[in-house]
Amino acid sequence: MENVPAKKYMSEEKYSKRTARRILLDKIVRWAFSFSILFAVIVLVVLLYQIITKSIGWLDWNFLTGNLSIKPEKAGIRGVILGSLLLMVVVIPVTLFLGVATAIYLEEYAGKSKLKTIITTNISNLASVPSVIFGLLGLAVFGRLFNLGSSILAGGLTLSLLVLPIVVVSSQEAIKAVPGYLRDASYAIGASKWTTIRKVVLPASLPGILTGSILAMSRAIGETAPLVVLGIPTLILKIPNGIFDDFTALPIQIYYWTLDTVLTAEYANLAAATIVVLLTMLFLMNSIAIFIRNKFQKRY
Amino acid sequence: MNDTSIRNLILKNLESSKGKKTDKIVTTLLLMAASISIVTSIGIVVTLVNDAVHFFAEVPLRDFFSTELAPLGIEPAFGVIPLLVGTVMSALIAMLVAVPIGLTAAIYLSEFAPTSFRNTLKPIMEVLAGIPTIVYGFFAYSFVTPILMKMLPNLEAKNVLSAGLVMGVMIIPMVTSLSEDAMNAVPNSLREGALALGATKLEVTLKVVVPAAISGIVASFILGISRAIGETMIVVIASGSSKKLTFDITQSMQTMTSYIVEFTGGDAGAGTVGYYSLYAVGLLLFIFTLIMNLIAQYVAKKYREVY
Amino acid sequence: MTNIVNDEVKNRVVYEVSNLNLWYGNDQALVDVSADIESNEVTAIIGPSGCGKSTFIKTLNRMVELIPIVKTSGEIKYNGVDIFDKSIRVEDLRTKVGMVFQKPNPFPKSVFENVAYGPRIHGIKNKKILNEIVETSLKKAAIWDELKDRLNDNAYGLSGGQQQRLCLARVLAVEPEVVLMDEPTSALDPISTLKIEDLIQELKSSYTIIIVTHNMQQAGRISDKTAFFLNGEIIEFDRTETIFSTPKDKRTEDYITGRFG
Repeated sequence: MENVPAKKYMSEEKYSKRTARRILLDKIVRWAFSFSILFAVIVLVVLLYQIITKSIGWLDWNFLTGNLSIKPEKAGIRGVILGSLLLMVVVIPVTLFLGVATAIYLEEYAGKSKLKTIITTNISNLASVPSVIFGLLGLAVFGRLFNLGSSILAGGLTLSLLVLPIVVVSSQEAIKAVPGYLRDASYAIGASKWTTIRKVVLPASLPGILTGSILAMSRAIGETAPLVVLGIPTLILKIPNGIFDDFTALPIQIYYWTLDTVLTAEYANLAAATIVVLLTMLFLMNSIAIFIRNKFQKRY
Repeated sequence: MNDTSIRNLILKNLESSKGKKTDKIVTTLLLMAASISIVTSIGIVVTLVNDAVHFFAEVPLRDFFSTELAPLGIEPAFGVIPLLVGTVMSALIAMLVAVPIGLTAAIYLSEFAPTSFRNTLKPIMEVLAGIPTIVYGFFAYSFVTPILMKMLPNLEAKNVLSAGLVMGVMIIPMVTSLSEDAMNAVPNSLREGALALGATKLEVTLKVVVPAAISGIVASFILGISRAIGETMIVVIASGSSKKLTFDITQSMQTMTSYIVEFTGGDAGAGTVGYYSLYAVGLLLFIFTLIMNLIAQYVAKKYREVY
Repeated sequence: MTNIVNDEVKNRVVYEVSNLNLWYGNDQALVDVSADIESNEVTAIIGPSGCGKSTFIKTLNRMVELIPIVKTSGEIKYNGVDIFDKSIRVEDLRTKVGMVFQKPNPFPKSVFENVAYGPRIHGIKNKKILNEIVETSLKKAAIWDELKDRLNDNAYGLSGGQQQRLCLARVLAVEPEVVLMDEPTSALDPISTLKIEDLIQELKSSYTIIIVTHNMQQAGRISDKTAFFLNGEIIEFDRTETIFSTPKDKRTEDYITGRFG
């Protein structure tokens, strides 16, 4: 095929060779770019493999139900798991209430006002504040000012503020997705705004709200820095009974055991075993979230 | 009979002030809840500034921006420069990993990968993004560092290189997903126009799509840097707490975040200069990440092409 | 002497389409299409919505392949060579056969960079040569005077009609032989439409133009030959005057007189 664009400027042979090179380059680079994905996959596989192998033999029923101990063979994370769960007992209602309320206000009441812009920008800025800063906030306000020390309540409130943006944003999207004609139908029979929200909008956006709060929980359950700043201690032998008690949580325990590996090598195995527990919990939570999203997400 | 009494009930209900009162109470409650976010932001600023002011009452700015850091020394020194260097070095290493890998992964996923691939690969990215940073920290210290030590014999057990590399991996999903969003937003008509001129897919991607999406891509880099600056657990575990000013990445370096976490592990009694130094460093950290985020928003908006 | 050359050029067949069938998955969009397109003419393709005219034109430069579920059978010969042959590089084909789209799609770059994109890809780096090519192409698209002082302006600041002529200049910069146009004026105002129609008349002496249009009057105004498509088939393909005054098929007549479509 005769084929020379800008015939004055290039010979046909040179053009043809050049085109061949361009096509070859396309193939090579395409292939090379896929390596990045390969890299990410390999890292993930290696990470999981390493951690799982380090935990073998250490992750057993005794480990899950026993109490903490200085001696690695005797250490169990019953109290630790309980601590994390109790944290969630604080985080879930606080974030749900505040987060959904904020989302409702922004989507149903605020219109296009300046206040809405201020709150929205605020939330997106808060979402990118480093978690240590929330720790400092929690330490000053909940720990010292409200005198909650390093209790579950202090930790839970701090984490709630940290993950609040997640709940707000996903609830906002869920509420936004409820089509206007559903609201219109409710208003048309004389229902008030709040009744409409309560009986029509919220039920319709519930799957999205639930998914969002599960995501927030997954984030909260893995957070370490704010809790360390709050002063959650290293070895808690007492099992917490209520939200005013001192506690320790899964990520904190992993942290302290990892730090002390240099003293006692087996701590690395304990840390690995705890990580497996944490990752399993995250996996379960996310699976539930995906299940909810797929099963209940109505396509309007 | 039923008709009229139901109608009467409805009319009575509509006219009652109870409904109106409930609405008013509800609106107020909702507004209060919504303003929690504003209260939080104000709270953060007030807390940081308040206690930072206490710090600067005892330590002049000149000493703060010096290179000597020894908070528990006989003569406590609170120079923040070693922390700044640590933060910058770790973030730099992280970005050297995250930018090329994250961007090429995004390009591959957005422009080249067949749909079946994308559907399997995207969840993997999401899994990487969901791993708690403490797990990355453990991975850095117990796996990456030993391997690096075999390659670089004079590598210290706690070093910033290991931390930076793993931080980079942690940031890859963020860069990839944001860059991919930016490239997906480029309309297909541009790709068609370029292909119809005889360009190869690679030429279309690199010379039309990426330049068109560049503002979103750059914003993703800046947000990645912000994330790296604010990251704590990976550097705490893998990079240690050396407060010596050095640029040697095979050595331990402490970052701003790591300093805050180390110090609150019980060492700082309330009211001491050491305690207040946390808030001074925290304030500095907050300002840095805030500026980065504002820049990212600005870049994303200003250079966004209107399609 | 010139006459003989002109006659020879006029009779050359650029595209030989033989028994072309095309399926989107299980839906057949083109049914046994055969046609010969001659050089230095304007061939219009008309027909009601969904009749396959866009699909047909996009097959001529193999742009239709971008949709994964497309299957074809039959032959399309461009200058005697089957374009579906494995030895043909699609990049070469698209350089010789350019395309202007329905909605103007300039790149978000400057006017200069838009036109220079094609030549740059083909390896032309010399600034002076690129300047020359850009000027020539913009002149051919009858937009040089309007844009010569705005070469560094972003293309998105131009009006719709200017953008479309810019897209045409972009195509002309790679010196194609054929220019495919898929409803190029349907998104433009009447004045820009007329400008482009005039342009097409000028260009046909140097290029072969195939234009899809839903506007029959346009086809009547500017084309030498017209093909009427219906449900994926070519019902009639003849000189434009014939199609519009004495169509041979009743369906053509019905369409021309506005009974449907």
